[in-house]
Formats: sequence, structure tokens, C-alpha cells
Amino acid sequence: MLLEPRKHTPLWMTISAPIIAVVIVLILCGGLIAWAGAPLLDSYIALFVGAFGSKFALAETFVRATPLILTGLAAAVAFRAKLWNIGGEGQLYMGALATTYFGTGLITLPPALMIPFLFIVGAIAGGLLLLVPALLKTRLKVDEVVTTLLLNFVVLLLANYLLFGPWKDPLAMGWPQGAPVIDEGILPNLVAKTRLHAGLIFSLVAALFIWLLMTKTKWGLEIRAVGNNQDAARFAGISINKTIIRTALISGGLAACAGVTEVAGTKEYLTLDISPGFGYTGIAVAMLAGLNPLAVIISALFIAGIFNGADSMSRAMDVSNYIADVITAASLLLVMLSVMLTRMRIRWN
Amino acid sequence: MEFFEMFLAVGFWSATIRMATPLIFGTLGELICERAGILNLGIEGIMTTGAMVAWMWVYQGGGLWEAVFVAAFFGMLFGYLHSIFSVYMGLSQHVTGIGITLLSTSLSYYAFRMLLPGVTTPPKITPFEEWPVPLLSDIPVIGEALFNQSPLTYVAFLSVLAVAYILYRTPLGLAVRMVGENPMAVEVQGIDVYKLRTGAVMVGSAFMAVGGAFFTISVFDAFYFDMINGRGWICVALVIFASWKPSKALFGALLFAAFDAIQIRVQQASVSFIPYQFYLMMPYIFSILALIIMSRKAAYPKALLVPFRRGQR
Amino acid sequence: MSQAETVLRVEQITKKFGDLVANDAISFSLGKGKVLSLLGENGAGKTTLMNIIFGHYTADGGHIEVFGKQLDARSPAEAIGLGVGMVHQHFTLGDNLTVLENIILGTESFRSHRQDIKGALAKLDQLSEEFGLAINPNALVKDLTVGEKQRVEILKALFRGARILILDEPTAVLTPQESEQLFDTLRDMVSRGLSVIFISHKLNEVMSIADDIAVLRHGKLVAAFPIEDASKELIAEKMVGEAIDPPKREPLAIGATVLGLSDISVQDEEGVSLLKNVSLDVHRHEIIGMAGVSGNGQKPLSDLISGTLSPQNGTFTLAGEKIEKFDPHLMVEKGVGRVPEDRHHEGVVGDFSVEENLVLENYRSPQFSTRGWLKASAIKEHANKLIRMFDIRGAAPETTVRGLSGGNMQKVILARILENEPDLILANQPTRGLDVGAATFVHEQLLKARSRGAGILLISEDLEELMAVSDRIVVMYHGQLSNPMQVEDVSVQQLGLLMSGEGFASPESEESAHVA
Repeated sequence: MLLEPRKHTPLWMTISAPIIAVVIVLILCGGLIAWAGAPLLDSYIALFVGAFGSKFALAETFVRATPLILTGLAAAVAFRAKLWNIGGEGQLYMGALATTYFGTGLITLPPALMIPFLFIVGAIAGGLLLLVPALLKTRLKVDEVVTTLLLNFVVLLLANYLLFGPWKDPLAMGWPQGAPVIDEGILPNLVAKTRLHAGLIFSLVAALFIWLLMTKTKWGLEIRAVGNNQDAARFAGISINKTIIRTALISGGLAACAGVTEVAGTKEYLTLDISPGFGYTGIAVAMLAGLNPLAVIISALFIAGIFNGADSMSRAMDVSNYIADVITAASLLLVMLSVMLTRMRIRWN
Repeated sequence: MEFFEMFLAVGFWSATIRMATPLIFGTLGELICERAGILNLGIEGIMTTGAMVAWMWVYQGGGLWEAVFVAAFFGMLFGYLHSIFSVYMGLSQHVTGIGITLLSTSLSYYAFRMLLPGVTTPPKITPFEEWPVPLLSDIPVIGEALFNQSPLTYVAFLSVLAVAYILYRTPLGLAVRMVGENPMAVEVQGIDVYKLRTGAVMVGSAFMAVGGAFFTISVFDAFYFDMINGRGWICVALVIFASWKPSKALFGALLFAAFDAIQIRVQQASVSFIPYQFYLMMPYIFSILALIIMSRKAAYPKALLVPFRRGQR
Repeated sequence: MSQAETVLRVEQITKKFGDLVANDAISFSLGKGKVLSLLGENGAGKTTLMNIIFGHYTADGGHIEVFGKQLDARSPAEAIGLGVGMVHQHFTLGDNLTVLENIILGTESFRSHRQDIKGALAKLDQLSEEFGLAINPNALVKDLTVGEKQRVEILKALFRGARILILDEPTAVLTPQESEQLFDTLRDMVSRGLSVIFISHKLNEVMSIADDIAVLRHGKLVAAFPIEDASKELIAEKMVGEAIDPPKREPLAIGATVLGLSDISVQDEEGVSLLKNVSLDVHRHEIIGMAGVSGNGQKPLSDLISGTLSPQNGTFTLAGEKIEKFDPHLMVEKGVGRVPEDRHHEGVVGDFSVEENLVLENYRSPQFSTRGWLKASAIKEHANKLIRMFDIRGAAPETTVRGLSGGNMQKVILARILENEPDLILANQPTRGLDVGAATFVHEQLLKARSRGAGILLISEDLEELMAVSDRIVVMYHGQLSNPMQVEDVSVQQLGLLMSGEGFASPESEESAHVA
């Protein structure tokens, strides 16, 4: 077997490759649904209806997509620079912790200032968390994959300690949860009788902003150059360390903003299950989007839809909702493969 | 001096060796993969899968030893899957590894839910009992700690010897070490780089899965979600700490387990002001520290993370 | 061709890569105890042909016979089994393994429970003695010199019982004296009935070692004759196709000093000396050619001028101004144009478009960006202009550089630096791997810059190139620099002696002689 680079990749191939991969995943996962004894077509219909079939379903999908867009962007930016930030989950919780610390009465500002303030402190907290592995990588060449992964557990234990200890809301009847975010800090609701909140607007603007950053600015050029060919970037006079640190701050900040939207928007207080692995799922979101910030919106909506749809499918069809995790993971792998095949051709000999 | 008395107690040493067992399996497995040039971040998920399938096999009426082989088989399966992406297709080993972890974990959870619908408290099985080795287990302290363990623990220690022997004393081991240094050197001898690396990743993954199985069919008697809880990642750090050498991997795993055992005892014994969550953070923080300490000395296999593409140079 | 018994017969071998015909119906044969030299320019198809014989590639057509047996060569294992050994241009050794481990890799079945170290050592000893290839079997490969590594490669082939040895450009990394030693070994092997295929593009060597000659051009076998019928002129003509005039270097009076190196010393992290008291002046209107076997300090010197490395001692001046901070960006700003040794590695960002690569060094200037935002239209316009000026073929501003040919990629780099009209140009191996046309283009551009008033430091392993375009020549050996010599006063033989260390102060120890 030989892999040969293609000189040119037609546009249709670039666009259709991830779609084909996802279709294959859905067919393969059909086997798992069949194993559960559920009718295939009806199950997928139930999944689709549960994801996009009603105003309520659509709103829930958007709610779920909000943090996924942000963690997806975090992974997309970092991976562009070949900074393997697998710590989105920990950074998200840092954002959530910062929101709880500053947003539950310590400081009170009018909403127009309070909400941006919470995003800023959250982003700083997340950025600082990723700064540690980034510094270890640039100064001591310590592999950032392992350090970011390990820090996820440290931060979760820290949150666990705070919510069982000093930050435990006495009014929560013994549940480990934080005090509610003050009204000034709550992200406004967008559609009445749904949970849809302004975090969605924030994440969409963030996606647009990151797209502009990556394609139209000096920083973006530097991030892409460092990721694609570090030696050539250094030779051309780009500071590798500075670029990696900058990327880390942006990436960690973005993932932390997902924590802010969840605490100040979706839940309105901090719990230990505020993220069902949004940080890890963000990696799949980013890879599905081919690391393109605008495509991250679409892939986050798709994955959020799968998760929401799987919830209602599991209720209707008795299929475990872990099917959504399976679909996400399989999509991550197959989309990577299909994107590679748009750039390489397999020759059997 | 309560703290020092602890080190004289059989219980402490016995716990250390028990807790080291899954780390030994996981670290050996990761070491084999990395010696062949492939970083296997599927480890966390493969350990989860091993834990689930081994437990399920026994729960469905299978034997304990059979369950070990079932776990190894599923480990190899996911190892093979990882090889398709990382070895044959040459994709980023970081991202595909995370993908394998996500996939194997979610598949295990899905299968567990489908096979045991509507179960709220995890059912239990009868796990491995200790196998005291005759005579040796009568030696005070050392013997009592070392030779009164689960049979899987003996397997772990013997595996270190076996892996070290194979890597350093056999033609196959030489080829594995070479393929992690310079795959082209292997290719020009007419040895299939892809097959060799795939084989190493599959065997390594089998070890990881057995390490996972140890949790459900030896130390505990049930399968819980999240029970691996980052131990796979700790093994990845331990491989670097061990400079890719099996003997040092054993040492690292024991050292680590000893810290863990100390941590648990101090946590239980003292009326300290330190909340238990901070003790639980220790293994992760120690791992990061180990990476920092080794950072200057780490001599990576030269071709680690570098995909090999036939016909390109 | 020769009367000797035929050991290898290649018939009508054809190999295509996409549209490119790398080998077009090539036939030749090799006699027992003979040296066949396979000649051709870079990209003529020599390496492809050898890779087919050795089993790395599968031919699209034709067949190969070894000792009368058909060779399907699906894998190197089959070629090795029939007695073919190959010494690759890039060594295929594992650095952190011992010499012995490298040699015995793959010689025993994977089913074997134990590697037979004793037997292997005895066999290796015997081979070393027989062919005069002494080596310490327990040394780690990373501690060996280049010449020793090559010895390990040859021993590897002999250990497997090779009767036909293919050497792919074996002298590219050797000094003339080391080459001479290699030739002695080869003659010895031939006298014992082994046969050798020797790939090269250096005519002198070929004339001294070969029995038969085969010349490839653009994938076709254009000539094959015994050495008695050959002359250097004839071979050169066959290789190139048509005689190419050497570039014209008009005599110019040298101007002010643009680069001044005085007593520059560089050590690596372990304290090993890379450059030792290097002094050199480069003036306007002159090209200084730097000869030397690769790995003798050219890389650190070029890194220094590129701004990616700082010296421990000495002064470094650009147009009289002392440089204290070594930074690539600063060097560009001070008027240094840098052509890196390895285009793919340091020269271009492969997945970037042509327009992005063209501004890679100066996207920060107000011409291309304001307040952090890139000026897309200015960048595109700039690219269009340079693509026209430098005739970068097959490229639009949006084309990814990865898909360009080596020559056009080099044009992108040249365009990037030359349009800034640098005062000093560092050109490290600028024509390596380029075809004749592209190399000529590079030479013309360098000479044009010289006329304009730039000072140029040209680092090359190709003595013919250096003799053709340089005004003065220096030789680098073990981190030291010879005195500059006027090109008219120096011969290739003299340069060869200098390259092998004649006339240099001897290094204190082997340790310090090892340079990156």
C-alpha cells in the first residue's frame, strides 16, 4: 500500500469528504442500534426529531451547541499551531469556577458590564491554566498532551473540593452546588419558554472573530506558520515560543468561556456535572470542522443535535444514549481519515 | 512516629504492589507501542474496555482466566483500529489516540448499558483470590507482601521480565526497537514496517486492556463508569519517566503506587486539615512533576510520532 | 558490454509516477567482478531504478534477472535473498543502537528465541578482516563518523552475503581522501568476484573506479559504454544533453565590506566546538564560494548569518555595524537575504499559498499589514508581480507551495529575498536537487545581485559550481576556515586537499572535531 500526495484537491472533494464520513458512521452505528433491537429507520427519525424536530428541540440543540462551539474553537486554534490542547475540560471548569467566584455576589456591576466582566475573568482563568503546559512545552519540551490531560483531573478535584466545601450553597439542600449567579450576571434568555440564552450569540461572534483572526491577521498567519512548519517559521523570523504562548492563552480562554456560558447561562449555578465532557467533545467538533472556525459552528450543531436526539431516541426506543458518544468518536476518526484522503491517494500494489 | 511505622507494616507494601499492578500492565503496554514509534493515547479507553469486557465475561458465567484473554483480545482489536489510522494512514497520533479512547470508552459504556438494561447498582462477581506462593509467602513482611497477591499481579511482574527479554535478546525485539528509531532501516531489510508496528501496538494494547481488567476481576468485583479515572494518562507519563526501559517502568509503577498508598494512609490516619480532594490530586501532580524532572534527560525513540510512508523519503 | 559472466540483467524497466516517467524502458547488464557506474543529473531516474532493483518500488513494466533467476522484487527481502545489497544515500541506521545490532537486524527469524550474538560477532570479525573494514561492534551508531557509518552499511550488505552491491552517491558525504579509501575497498571487493553498481554524478570518481558506464537522462538510458571508450567530455555531454555555457562572470572591482566575521567561535550545548575562530570578509560586488564536505561547520555558520544561532566569541558586523542580537527578523531588516540549505524544511511553509510564502519574512512591514491586520490585496498584487518577474511556473498567488517543483519552490524563496535588494546574500546549497535549467537560473540571479552591488556567500558541495561563479573560494574543515583564495589561482585538486584537512591545524581530539 502506498500513499501518494494529490497535487490538487477539488473543492467538491473538500466539502463532501466529511459528509461522506458522517454518513458511513451513521450506517455503522446502525448496527449498534439494531443490536439493541430497535427499528433502524424509526430510531434515526426519533433522533432527528429529537434534535431538530420542534422549536423546543431546536432550542435545546442550540443550547448544547453553545459550549461545543467554544470548546471546538479552542481545539481548532490550538491544533492549527500543533499545540495539542486536550485540556479543554479543565479549562472549561476554570471558567466555571471563575464565574462562580466573581459572579455570585463578590462584585456587582450593571449587566452590560457584568456579563463581559465574567467572560473576561473566565477567559483569563482558562488561559492561565493552559499557560502552564504551554510554558512547560516551550521551556522544558514537556509534552503538552499528557500535562493538559492530567490537569483536567486536578481542576475537577479542585471543583469537587470547593463544591463540597467552602463554596457549597447552603440553600441547595445538601447538593454539591455553588451559589446562583447574581441576576446582573445571568445571560439573557433569547426565546421565551426555552433555555436558549445569549451565550449562543457570544459563541457565534467568537467563531466569526476567530475566523478573522486566523485568516486575516498577522497573529493568525504566525499561528498557522508555526503549526505547519516550525523550522520555516523560525527561519522567517517568527518567534515560536511567543506564538505558542499566545495560542495557548487564546485557546484556553475560549474553552473557559464555555464554562462561563454554562454557569451564567444554561444552569445559572455551578455543579460538578456542568460539562458532560464538552472539553473532549470539542476535539471532535474541531476535527469534524477541519479546524475551520466557521465550520465549527456547523459541526457543533451536528454533534449537539446527535446528543439531544440520542436522549429522546433512548427514551422512545430503549437505545442507550451512549450511542451519541459512539457516533461522535467514530465521526472524529472517520472524518480525519476522509480529510486525509482528499490530500492523499491510496495505491495498492 | 506513626508515619515511619507504616513502612514496616505488611499492609502498606501489599497495597503498594497491588496498586502498582494495573500501572505495570499499562506502562508496559504503552512502552511497547512507543518503542515501535507509535504513541498510543488510546490507553485510557482501552483500559476501560478491558475492565468492562473482563467483568462482563465473568458476569455472564465465564471463567476468570478466560476473561483475561477476552480483555486482551478486545485490547488488540482497538490496537488494530488505532494502527489503521496511525500506522497505515499516518494520521496525527495525538488526535487518533484521543479518538480511540473516546470510541472504546463510549462503546464499552453502550455495551454495558445494552447488556444490563435498567441496572442501577452495579452487580458483583467473584474476583480472583490471592494466591499465596508456598514457602515464599511465609517470609516476614517482604514475602507476605510480595507473594500473597492476585495471580494477575504475578503475571504483571513476569511480563516485565518477558518484555525486557524479548526487546533486548531476540531478533523480533531488535526489530521493534529499530522501527522506533529509524523505520527505513527496517524497511530496507525487507521487514514490513507497517506489520511490525501494528503488531507492537496490538500487543501493547492487549497489556493495557489486561491492566484495566485487573480493576474489575481482581481488586474490585464490579464495573463502574469512570473507574480508570486517568490512570491510562499516568501510564503515558510513567513511560517517559522510565526512559522507555521496562525495568525502570516497573520501578516507576512501584514508586508511584507507594506514593498512592502513603497518600491514602495519611489521609485516613491523620486528622489533618487538608481536604481529601487534595490527596486525590497527588497522583496527577506527581505525574506532571515526573515529566518535568525527566524533561532534560528524556531520550525519545527517534521515530516516535513520525509517520512512516512507504516510498517517501 | 563486457565479456565477463553476467550477474544482473535489467530489461525494459519502466516506472511512472503519475504523469512523470521516471524510468523509460531501461536495459543494461552487470558483469561479474565489474564496477558499473550509473551516471546522470539529479532527477534523471538513477535512484528510482535502484529502488526498483532493490524492491522498494514495483516497476510498471520490464523484468530483472539476478544470477539467472527472475527477480520479482516485491520487497527488499527478495533482492537480499538473491545476493543484492544496497547502501542508501541516506543511511538507514538506528542511532541509539549498536553497530552489531544494526548489522544483524533481520538476519534471524522472528521466531528465534534468542539472538545469536556470539556467532554474529565471529562472522562480523571475519568480514571486517577480509575486506579491511575495521569497526567497533559495540559502539553506538550515533557516535560514529560519517565514513564509519558508511562502513557499517557496507558490512550490513556483506553480512547478508551480498554478491552485488549498489551504492547510491556514496561519496556525497565523504572527503576526497575518505572517498579514495572507499574506492580501495570497492576494488578489493571486485577482485574477490563481487560486482558493484556505483551511482554518481562526479566524473572524476567515475573515471577512476568504473569498468562500464551507463548514462541516464530524463528517465532514459542515453548511453552505455566501457570505460576505455569514455572521456569526461563525452560523459558530460551525454548527461546534460546539450553543452551549456557556464555563466558569464564579468570582472568587477570589489566594494565595501558587507559582512565581517572576526574570530567567531560557536559551541553547542555540550560544549563541542562547531566553529573555531572563523574570520571572513565579504565585500560588495563579490561572490565568496565556500567549499567543504557537508557537516564541517557550514550549517552553524549559515545559522549564524541567518540569525538562528548566536556565537560565544568574536565580532560579527554587517556593513560595519556590530551585531549583538542574533534574530532572524533582525537579520532580514539589516539587509541579509537568506537562502536556506533545505528548502522544504526551512525555506517554505508547504501548506501555505505562494502569496503567503512570498511575504513570510516581511508581512510585518506597513506595506502588507496595519495594526495586526493583513492587507490581502497588497499581498496578492505583490505575489502576482514576483511570479511574473521570476517566472515562477505553474503558480498563481493562491497555489499551495507544496505542489510546486523544486526549481519553482527555489524561485519563490529567491523572489522573496531578492526583491528586498539585500546587501548580503547567504546562499546555502541553492542548486541542490535542481535540474540544469533551474540551477542556471539561480546562478544568473546571484550574478545579477553581484552586479547590483550585493556581497554573496555561496556554500556548496559542488566544486564545479563554486569554480564557475565564485570570485574567491574558502574551504571549511572541522569548524575552521581556510584563507580566501582567488578562484583563478586554485585547482580542484588543491581544494580537495584542503577539504580533507590538509593545511589545517589538527583538532585537539576526535570529540571536538565532531561538528553538526
